[in-house]
Order: sequence, then structure tokens, then C-alpha cells
Amino acid sequence: MLRKLLLTSVLALAGFGVAAPVLAQDGPLRIEITDGVIEPMPFAIQFFDDGGAGQYLQQVQDVVAADLTGTGLFRQIPASAYIAKPAGFTAPVSYEDWKAINAQALVTGAVSVQGGKVVVKFRLFDVFAGQPLGDGMQFDASTGAWRRAAHKAADQVYARLTGEGPYFDSRVAFVQERGPKDNRLKRIGVMDYDGANVKYLTDDSALVLKPRFSPDGSKILYTSYASGFPQAMMMDVNSLAARPLTGQQQGTMSFSPRFSPDGRWIVYSLEKNGNTDIYQMDASSGAQRALTNAPSIETSPSYSPDGSQIVFESDRSGVPQLYIMGANGGEPKRISFGDGRYGTPVWSPRGDMIAFTRQVDGKFHIGVMRTDGSEEKMLTESFLDEGPTWAPNGRVVMFTRVTPGGNGEPRLHSVDITGRNMRPVKINGAASDPDWGPLLP
Amino acid sequence: MKTFVKIAAIGAVLAMAACSRPAGPGGPMVNDPYAGMNGAAGVNSSALPGSAEYFKSTVGDTVLFPVDQSTLTPDARTILTNQAGWMNQNAGFSAVIQGHADEQGTREYNLALGARRANSVQEYLISQGVAAGRLRTVSYGKERPLAICSTEECYAKNRRAVTVVSPGAGS
Repeated sequence: MLRKLLLTSVLALAGFGVAAPVLAQDGPLRIEITDGVIEPMPFAIQFFDDGGAGQYLQQVQDVVAADLTGTGLFRQIPASAYIAKPAGFTAPVSYEDWKAINAQALVTGAVSVQGGKVVVKFRLFDVFAGQPLGDGMQFDASTGAWRRAAHKAADQVYARLTGEGPYFDSRVAFVQERGPKDNRLKRIGVMDYDGANVKYLTDDSALVLKPRFSPDGSKILYTSYASGFPQAMMMDVNSLAARPLTGQQQGTMSFSPRFSPDGRWIVYSLEKNGNTDIYQMDASSGAQRALTNAPSIETSPSYSPDGSQIVFESDRSGVPQLYIMGANGGEPKRISFGDGRYGTPVWSPRGDMIAFTRQVDGKFHIGVMRTDGSEEKMLTESFLDEGPTWAPNGRVVMFTRVTPGGNGEPRLHSVDITGRNMRPVKINGAASDPDWGPLLP
Repeated sequence: MKTFVKIAAIGAVLAMAACSRPAGPGGPMVNDPYAGMNGAAGVNSSALPGSAEYFKSTVGDTVLFPVDQSTLTPDARTILTNQAGWMNQNAGFSAVIQGHADEQGTREYNLALGARRANSVQEYLISQGVAAGRLRTVSYGKERPLAICSTEECYAKNRRAVTVVSPGAGS
């Protein structure tokens, strides 16, 4: 069965969550993201020209291969080792030739270009079982969005081989930085998850911080100094029209806004007379109310995926620690108890974990813990790591790593939830404050 | 001759302004056309007591805070008492109090911490008789360090609140 996807313009992000078929498969070939996995699964990949593919043939194959190897879970066998090239996309697979070079998985594909559209087909084979792994699929995209078709194919391969949800066809909002450390210029950008297709949504005339996607990717919340004072803003990604979420009331500052998973609510931090608490806003009516009311700092709120709870940071104990409260406020429960300072908690889209920043013994870490605070684990350590954001499948986090010194600057990195496969995101220049958007439709 | 001295003094002030500007990209270059002329170096200029420059250079516009703290040290109180005295004498000025933090902390927490520091200063100035309507606060968190190294020497300078005065009644 072939499934067709019509992919629209690059910035059209509407319509979340209808893709991703449930893949029932009994195939024995499976690599799991656990602490035990050390050896990446070797795979072979061969794409064919299905008509007018031109430059796209190699480009699509390279993106699919890069998506897979970029997870650290798969190793591409170089084509020079292949014994016999398959005759074509529909030709029978000679499993023995692939077994001989120890390819456990074989990905074949076909690329054609017609009337401004790129069509990408793929099939996946379990070499040692000698059978296909799931059905072949086809993805159509405009030539300008060919990378999305490649990411979709790679997502299917990844999902079938790991049992995890897909995440390659997604975007990340971030802050691009330039200029000296004491006069940084910042603007909000959006890129593909792998650093391709960078686009800027604001200029750098005013400081901007912490962009965050709406659940459908059509809007971005952020904090801007455009008025001279920090203010939570909402931008429409297509029109780039932006407006303040809160009035510029004297002696207040609003920042760190984030949507609820259903998009109905926005939680944010509001400072009045030096004291910061967490507030909630009805995204359609703008009605606001306080969720916390304490003399301590309460900030960095993030909803659970079912929208029923909010994790945040508070220094009510004397140092910043993580707390969970109901979505309507109420008495919070502390979940972090380690030494040092905890901040910027974000709830995994799978609901099972919370990622956070921890500062202890002069170092910064990105860590994860269960939602009850158990099984805490540090994934990274450096001079300054902060602000994790989850991939749509809840198995990878991206964060900001800052280098020390007068020339120090931030870069984006990603790491998987086992703490392996730390790697920089390939974009030019300094960048910070990543927010991983939804899987695209 | 009188005119020439005046122009030279303006030139010196312009040169000072150029030096104090942070070296941002695209910042306009100020060229002093009289810099090489005799006499320019011999003129001393000093800010008038009722000027923003005097407030900054002589009264002291900055107070420092210990790590993670927003309570005022005795040194800070002394400076703020002088700031309040100046503001009470110069009723035509209003002030924006900037709160800052060092880079050792997350972006959000530091924004909140900077707000606490700015507020501590604001409350103290009000307690010394400055009308609340003449004061505003803004937090820059760790976004605008004064010193850029990554050691305590610089961090100590960055944990600060800066009172920026400007002519105008405030709001």
C-alpha cells in the first residue's frame, strides 16, 4: 500500500498529528534506544533514478542516510563494499549479497522529478530474515521541499527499526546571535532539525529570547525587548505579524511564554515589583490569572503532554529546584532534590520524562528524570549547558552549549536520552535557545 | 579664540562619547576633526553637577550584588543614598534601573534575578524620598554583561544594578 503525502510550502506548518501510521510489524530486526546499545546497526542504501531525478537522486539518498547515521544507532556501509548493485527499485533483492557484507538492513529508494514535484519512494528489507520490513511508501513534495520527502522516508525507516516515533521531518526555532558578548545582537530563526533551510523571522534590532512553537507550529511565542522592556510576544509564522501577549504595565515584565499541548492556554512568567510568578492566559480571550503566588522566583513552566500538570522551577527552598503543580495551580510537589540548582524543566512529549538544566560544582548539565524525580541522570557536562528541548518522539534533546571566555559563544547541540551521540547542530554561527517543533504533517 | 576653545571642548566630549560606546557592529564612527590641532589636548572638561554624566561618573550609577543575592550591601546603600540625594536635587530627571546577572545561571532565572535586583534598588530609592513615578525597572538577566571574561573577577562586575538617569519627569 502506498501512502501519498502532499507537502506544501516550506513555512506552512498547519495540521499536526495526522501522519505517522501505526506500524504493526513482526520483523525481528530492531534496534532499541537503551543504555545497552553500543554497536550501531549496519545498513546499505541504494536509490535509483525513477525519471528525471538529476541532482535530487544523490541528495535525497544522502539526506536519508545522514538522518539514520545522525542518530548514532545506524552505520552506513560504504557503497564500495557492495557486492552486486541491485538492478532497480522493483528488482528482486539478492539477500545473500547483502548478508555477505553484514548489512542487517537494506534501504532501497527511487526518486523522480516531474512538473515541479519530487517523488521519493522507499522500501526497507530485513536482510537476515530475507523479507521486506513493512510496505514500501511514497512521498511527494515540491522540488523546493525535497528534503522533507527525504526526511519522511528516513523517518519511516527509523520508526520501523527502532519502534520509536519519527522525528526527522521537524523544525527547530532558535535564536541566532552575533556581535561581541557585551552587545549581542539576536534574532529568531527557524531551521530544519538538521540545520538546513535556515530562515529568520525577526531582525536583530531588539533583543529576542526563547522562541517556542505552538503545538501546530503555526505560531511562535517569544520574549522581546522591542518596547525597551521584556515582553512576551506571539508571532504568526506565515505572516510574521507579531503582537505583545500582555500590556506593558508599569513595573512588570512578562517572559518565558509556552503553549499548552492543546494550544488553548499559554503559561508564562510575570514579574511584578521584583517578584516573578507563573501566570496562565486563555490564548483566545487573553484572560489571565496567577497559578503561583509566592515571594520566591517561579519561572520556566512546561505542561505535561495531557495538559493536566505543569512542571516549573522555583527557589522557594532557597535554591532553584523543580516542582510540579496542577494545570490550575495549587500546592506544588517538589521533584528534584540533588545538590546545586535545577532549572528550565521541559516535559517530554511522551510524558515519561522531564529534561532540565542542572548547575552543580561549577559545571552545567543537561539531565533527565522520571516525572516523580526518580532515575535522575545527567546527559551532558560542560562550562555552560542549558535549555533542553525535546524531539517530537521524546528520544533526543537539543540544547545550548556556551563556551567560556570573552570570545565565548553559544552553539546548538543534541544528545539522545541515554547520554550518547552528543553532536553539534550544523548551522553557521552562534545560536541559542532551541525549541523543537512538532513533527510536520 | 573663545569660539575655538568651545569647539575643541565639544570635540573632546564627542571623542569621550565615542570611547564609551560599546564596540557594537555597525556603530557610527565619530571623527574629531580638531583632534590633531594644538590646544585641543589642553582643555579639561567636567560634567556639570546637574547632568546625567555627573550622576554616572561622580555620584555612581552602579551597585554590585553577591552571588544569587538581591539584598543591598552596606556599600550599595551608601551609593544609593547618594543617588537618591542627587535625584531629590534634580527633580527634572527620571531613572530606569537596570538589573543584571552574571552568566552562571539559566536565562529565565537570571531575568527574574535581575528584576529582583532592580527592584531592591528602586525600593531603596523610594525609601530615600524619590517619587515612585520617576523610577522604572528593567531586567537584562545575563544578556548584557559589562565584563566579558568567564571568571569571578568579571562575574562580580556583572552582578549589578545600574541607575540610568535622563531628563524628563518619568510617568
